[in-house]
Amino acid sequence: MMKHVITAIVENQPGVLARIVGLISGRGFNIETLNVAPTQDPTISRLTIKVPGDDRVLEQVTKQLNKLVDVIKVSDLTQKNYLNRELILVEVAAPSSKRSEIIELANLFDAKVVSVQRNSLTIQMVGEQENIDDFLALLKPFQILDVSRSGVIAVARGEQAGGRS
Amino acid sequence: MATESHKARTGAECVIEGIERAGVKTVFGLPGGAVLDIFARLYHAPFEFILSRHEQGATHMADGYARATGKVGCCIVTSGPGATNTVTGLATANMDGIPLVCITGQVPLNMIGNDAFQEADTVGITRAVTKHNFLVRNVDDLPRIMAEAFHIASTGKPGPVVIDVPKDIQRASTKVPPPKAVCLRGYKPVLDGHPKQIARLAEAINRSQRPIFYVGGGVIAGDASAELTALARKAMIPVTTTLMGLGAFPETDPLSLRMLGMHGSVAANMAVSHCDLLVSIGARFDDRVTGKISEFAPRAIKAHIDIDPSAIDKSVQTDIPVVGHVKRVLRCLLEMVEPRQRTEWLDQVSKWRDKHPFTYNRKTSDMLPQYVIEQVYEISGGNAIIVTDVGQHQMWAAHFYKYTKPRTFLSSGGLGTMGFGLPAAIGAQAARRDALVVVLAGDGSIQMNFQEMVVAVEHRLPVKVVILNNGYLGMVRQWQEMFYKREYSMSRLGLTHRTPVEHISPPPGHTYLPDFVKLAEAHGALGLRVTEKKDAPKTLRKALETDGPVVVDCVVKSDENVYPMVPPGASLMEMVQSMA
Repeated sequence: MMKHVITAIVENQPGVLARIVGLISGRGFNIETLNVAPTQDPTISRLTIKVPGDDRVLEQVTKQLNKLVDVIKVSDLTQKNYLNRELILVEVAAPSSKRSEIIELANLFDAKVVSVQRNSLTIQMVGEQENIDDFLALLKPFQILDVSRSGVIAVARGEQAGGRS
Repeated sequence: MATESHKARTGAECVIEGIERAGVKTVFGLPGGAVLDIFARLYHAPFEFILSRHEQGATHMADGYARATGKVGCCIVTSGPGATNTVTGLATANMDGIPLVCITGQVPLNMIGNDAFQEADTVGITRAVTKHNFLVRNVDDLPRIMAEAFHIASTGKPGPVVIDVPKDIQRASTKVPPPKAVCLRGYKPVLDGHPKQIARLAEAINRSQRPIFYVGGGVIAGDASAELTALARKAMIPVTTTLMGLGAFPETDPLSLRMLGMHGSVAANMAVSHCDLLVSIGARFDDRVTGKISEFAPRAIKAHIDIDPSAIDKSVQTDIPVVGHVKRVLRCLLEMVEPRQRTEWLDQVSKWRDKHPFTYNRKTSDMLPQYVIEQVYEISGGNAIIVTDVGQHQMWAAHFYKYTKPRTFLSSGGLGTMGFGLPAAIGAQAARRDALVVVLAGDGSIQMNFQEMVVAVEHRLPVKVVILNNGYLGMVRQWQEMFYKREYSMSRLGLTHRTPVEHISPPPGHTYLPDFVKLAEAHGALGLRVTEKKDAPKTLRKALETDGPVVVDCVVKSDENVYPMVPPGASLMEMVQSMA
């Protein structure tokens, strides 16, 4: 099923998130990732939601979201030129015999070791979701002990400046 | 924002002020602990207050008031159970796009979330059944929220709005004046249709050989009946309406094909199936209208005029979407469409219509429910406001009464709420004191909110309740007969023939249970009963001419079915005319 990345500009007010999540989950969709934080205008927040579903149904969800009084603007970025990033913190088992191999792998992905434990390493990576998935797949044989993913955040390229390409 | 000169008011006074500024003439509701401060301010309020006996009743009354007038209906209830009792009424209004503002009391802010007495998460519970809702956290916001609530309820596709007001906010004081205008950056309904799309639609109409207008409640909400009628007559386009659209176009007009869909007329369903252009005007392609989607208007170019962008392409893909206010769009179209005769198409359509009118066995000596409704039509001269409950009688009310004016058929279309009729009729009568308001109800539905009868009696609201008493949840019985092997599980309400699993025999000493005549009398209304066809005209005339609330228990044949019927999931061409 197609994964859609939807961003919404919303009022930064209590209850808005519940309204949006309720609308999406009430229609039986599973939100895969969700991210929300205030923008440069503190009364406005930007939300990024990743949700699997077919195009027609997601078009309906987008329209329904647009209908919410607290939602200022919604766009489905999936068909657009957009930037996406995700941040992860991953703890991987790292006995001394494997340590250099793991660090080498992290370097290849521009990831950074942020904490060193006796038998494990904690690595931070920022990147496009596809790269992050690749990195985690390669780490898997070393035994991933824990992972925390921020979920995707996204913006359309140059839309605010009117320089849509 | 606060101007020094503006006088201080309590939150409760801001609520009253907001209702008054919105021009509401009658408010409905029921008090309770968390809302007493607002009720205290009602003592000298500049509007009438009608005390319901159940909060669901209050919401349906406000809904009936709104449906009968087009103005925003308003109700005030308490926290907890008061608020949860409004959910069905809010959902009913939400599905049908009816403007309501419902004010709920709430426990004080610092008690919220503590499982306080009569606490419920009202904004959480009502989120899915309202157009919008507010929890007031600061009394300074209340004047603005009051104005926003009425604005949101009444603009765009109308709908219910809840304002949850904690008790301490009701008592707190503010100097913030009401806003001069409402400005919501996330809410700006599109009113003018896109000129290019309107031009495309006008051209499609001009080119079409076999067009049809498929009209919904949006034409009534948008006050566009006159424009619709003028356009249909100018371009000679037959009109079919949904249940919600009844009254939007005069059903006595030769262009009227009456209702379409699951229990629609043969002519309407045939015309939809054979048209080359289907213009949906303020209707939303409901499943009860379309039947099997892939076979709905299969040869037609489909156009859709709607104020709600999310209604476009929701269930049926349209070729020409026009988002805008129906009145404005129809006015533009009226200038652009060319007069036509369309003799061939109209001949075909009238053949279908003349050959297959809504009908029933008029010769039988049994008193059939359809006959009762026809009598109500005759006696009232077609000039009543008909309010229905939900079920077979609702469909017969659509078939055997002809609606010629908007806001004369009030019914829970989308949610299908049994128990809607009586309280909605009370609200309608409160708004339209001069009108003859008749409730057509089933014996199942009427029991769901009968307690509100005392309100009609107290307030001298002379609603007439005609119960089509067949001793069954009739529509359930009909589906069981047609699709569930005639196993009438739990649909029997009469004294005999109950389902074996109920393990009950007829209780001794009763002829009717409940006895609707005695029930009416206990509530202070006149109760009448008619069991024979020959007595029906006289009794109904007496009921309709009595000066006060009346209940007429019409004991009708128990196993009559609504026809035609399109079985669920079938195409509109597969109408069933009778049980084989």
